[in-house]
Amino acid sequence: MLSSHLRQRMGGLIPHVILLAYILLALFPIFLIVINSFKARKAIFGMPYQLPGSETFSLIGYETVFSRASFQQYFVNSLVVTVVSLATILFIGAMAAFALSEYRFPGNALMGLYLSFGIMIPIRLGTVSILRLMVGLGLVNTLGALILVYIAQGLPLTIFILTQFMRQVPHELKEAARIDGASEYRIFWLVLPLVRPALGAIGIFTMIPIWNDLWFPLILAPSDKTATVTLGVQQFLGQFVSDWNAVLASLTLAMIPILVLYIIFSRQMMRSITAGAVK
Amino acid sequence: MTSPDTRRPFPTHILVFFIPAAAVYTVFMVYPLLDSVRLSFFAESGNSEAFAGLRNYATLLANPLWAPRFWGALRNNFLFFAVHMLVQNPVALLLAALLAAGGRARAVYRTLIFMPTVLSVVIIGFIWQLILNPLWGIAEGMLKAVRLGFLFQPWLGQQSTALATLSLISVWQFVGIPMILFYTALIGIPEELSEAARVDGATGWDIFWRVKFPLLLPTVGVVTILTFVGNFNAFDLIFTIKGGLAGPEFASDIMGTLFYRTFFGFQLQLGNPTMGATVATAMFLIILSGVLLYMFLWQRRVTTYEF
Amino acid sequence: MRHKPYLGLFLAIALALAACGGGAATTAAPQPTEAPVALTIESWRNDDLTIWQDTIIPAFEKHYPNIHVVFAPTAPADYNAALNTKLTGGTAGDLITCRPFDASLALFNQGHLATLNDLPGLDNFGDVAKSAWITDDGQSVFCVPMASVIHGFFYNADAFEKLGLKEPATLDEFYAVLEAIKKDGTYSPLGMGTADQWEAATMGFQNIGPNYWKGEEGRQALIKGTGKFTDAPYVATFAELAKWKPYMPAGFEAVKYPDAQSLFTLGKAAIYPTGSWEISLFNSQAAFKMGVFPPPVGKAGDTCYISDHTDIALGMNTKTQHPEEARKFLEWMTTAEFAELYSNALPGFFTLANHKITLKDPIANEFLSWRGTCQSTIRNSYQILSRGEPNLENELWRLSAGVINGTITPEQAGQEAQAGLEKWYKPTP
Repeated sequence: MLSSHLRQRMGGLIPHVILLAYILLALFPIFLIVINSFKARKAIFGMPYQLPGSETFSLIGYETVFSRASFQQYFVNSLVVTVVSLATILFIGAMAAFALSEYRFPGNALMGLYLSFGIMIPIRLGTVSILRLMVGLGLVNTLGALILVYIAQGLPLTIFILTQFMRQVPHELKEAARIDGASEYRIFWLVLPLVRPALGAIGIFTMIPIWNDLWFPLILAPSDKTATVTLGVQQFLGQFVSDWNAVLASLTLAMIPILVLYIIFSRQMMRSITAGAVK
Repeated sequence: MTSPDTRRPFPTHILVFFIPAAAVYTVFMVYPLLDSVRLSFFAESGNSEAFAGLRNYATLLANPLWAPRFWGALRNNFLFFAVHMLVQNPVALLLAALLAAGGRARAVYRTLIFMPTVLSVVIIGFIWQLILNPLWGIAEGMLKAVRLGFLFQPWLGQQSTALATLSLISVWQFVGIPMILFYTALIGIPEELSEAARVDGATGWDIFWRVKFPLLLPTVGVVTILTFVGNFNAFDLIFTIKGGLAGPEFASDIMGTLFYRTFFGFQLQLGNPTMGATVATAMFLIILSGVLLYMFLWQRRVTTYEF
Repeated sequence: MRHKPYLGLFLAIALALAACGGGAATTAAPQPTEAPVALTIESWRNDDLTIWQDTIIPAFEKHYPNIHVVFAPTAPADYNAALNTKLTGGTAGDLITCRPFDASLALFNQGHLATLNDLPGLDNFGDVAKSAWITDDGQSVFCVPMASVIHGFFYNADAFEKLGLKEPATLDEFYAVLEAIKKDGTYSPLGMGTADQWEAATMGFQNIGPNYWKGEEGRQALIKGTGKFTDAPYVATFAELAKWKPYMPAGFEAVKYPDAQSLFTLGKAAIYPTGSWEISLFNSQAAFKMGVFPPPVGKAGDTCYISDHTDIALGMNTKTQHPEEARKFLEWMTTAEFAELYSNALPGFFTLANHKITLKDPIANEFLSWRGTCQSTIRNSYQILSRGEPNLENELWRLSAGVINGTITPEQAGQEAQAGLEKWYKPTP
């Protein structure tokens, strides 16, 4: 018979085992990508699971990426588009969510429904109209076109989720502030940090489709000056011959900024929770 | 909710809060969509379009050329959704529950588990095709190592298994998102409730299902509806791995790939913008029904607790 | 604490970025020819980027130093969609790479491609070459033909030597060779998969088919309506494809094109059905001697037919800002200099011009020699027959893959192909 102490120890171990098992599942493919980005082409298909050895180690992928393509530029473009879109989505989305959750006015429900409609719309539907619009506004081949489209794409989900979270903010806080004579804008500014976990969560899964999107950079801003990383990788995919070294190298590099952004956002999310702000 | 508005001067602040979001959203999302819906009521004639009423919809639903593709894609989409609901969300809940239990390593675990979601679909397609590859894939080797080698099939290439395999790859990619939502909700539940239950003699299992899970129901609803919308809009993974024809024999065709193929054409097939717009509008209506169902059946009935 | 400054800040950032991206939609009168001009070429040939940048464009720019050409390809899977959207939005490049037949005819009919009838040098191309880029009435040519590709079978010559095998000339010899390789067990007899579907149609059906339907004879019959996919030649082609199944590599249903390429170049498969476009890749990757043979005929002495498919051309965007410079480039493409440069830089893509050129690559030369010994034809689904829905080419893809997979019988395949065609095609006698 196991002592209850030991049983408790083992019980504490099981969650770790499960988590580690899943982490293995999650990371193994990524590990494969990274090691194969450092191997010569033959070795990728010949021995895909071996670590790059002395014969198979090759930086050819990375060399191609940096010499043939302006990858530094692509990175900057991707970063700018993602960060600016994200910041704007969170800010104006929070404003709209605040208004929806806080004020009762005729058309509140309707407005909420209207703004949430967008969740259901695959934005690619309107590509031709969007392109014509951008041409008319003179925004083709600019990062601004991408930013505007991504903001429109990200707002509905943001507003939908933030409205739920903002409804949970205690009224007493807001009432007290109002009695003290604070303006509605001030109150919004007070409420914002209280939904930081939600902002963190939304930030995370709004930025990923923006970073990884291929379609709109392809259609709206394909010039070399404005291309994003995801678009940049495409040039290595040919009709019959794909430069897998370059593809793997560029995609390995592309993982890094978004991982950094993810870590920042999840820290944000966690910090406010552990500080007990919500409770 | 208190409403200080009616006795005060015109609440400009409400407008200010709304206008930026509403403006961008209307111009860049609603207007193009409406234009698309408008297009679905037209049909090509010569070089331009002529008004056709509901004819495109009739074609899509009943014409022996279009209907099998449409109903097939719809059916596949529901299967795709089912796999996500049965695999992705329970796994996400499990992982979130384990992570929410606390501990120093958990932050690291969280980041690591989330990593697949961060990846581009090109990478995911490439690497999973490599792993499952019958020629040099590891899947067969691993099954052989546990004496299950006979189970191995070229799953991605067979009509019966292609869709399920692609769904599981998609689950692998996206589990991080419901995990984060569940996690956020779980850590918002005050410790006092669990403490009180433990004092009353409840086990960890009991605490989870009797105390925490009911409080999670709103999040379950949100996760479900997000999964639904996400799955019915899905396109990228299947397009990357299977291309526009979503083979074999359209076994992996979902609404997203049907739309792409119809609207933009494929290989020699020319694009058909009006039928494409019809498919898009159909997708929109299907998703809308799901969302309305959620709002009226679930959200109304599930209480949200505030702490 | 006002929030407005922050809002303003965000908007300002967005607008600033919008402005500094540099608008591209300014309209201007066509530039005078002396000022430096930049031309952009739209294409799906990512594969050729280096060749264009290093070989072809510098050769052109030597003649016209004031014209700078940029080869800007899009990934093949996205090309049609992206190009159509760009053309509709007015942001497409000056020169457009044309897919053969209806895809480009549609662009011409929509007014996106310019007529090139009066382009000097067009008489260097025969009727067959122009047939893929000319209106049905033969009145307007809208792209300058660049190259065709020839289909056949690559094989691992070292493996053949080791197993004592010769190039098969007839079908019986072909299956004998496959059997011998399979029995030996070292190599997979065929290096091919059906996951991408197009291989089964392009390198299977369209490769061996012309021997059955007698090339142009069969193709024209289909167009006229006197031939049907349910006829013996087509069912026989499907039937032969079905016979390939036992010789395919393990798990071929999930084997994709790059896998098959690697299978062959790593020396694991002995025979690779494909087209001449593979020459460059295989030359650089295969560490063994290679050979090629045309599709085997039924009986020794039969006339052989090869698929010599008009594949790629270049046309001019009607909305280009630099029509004169664009035409200069197109004119240069009709010269012998371009023909020789292109065909040698991209062995396996054979110029469609009448110029006599010398090819340096031995395998390319061998492919080219078949033009003399066999009758040429093009893929039978490309002209006219893929205009409607269901699209014949897409149908042939899935039917060919299905026949090899064993999920459809050859008779069924013929029936479905014909039924699909009859849904919209009314042949004009």
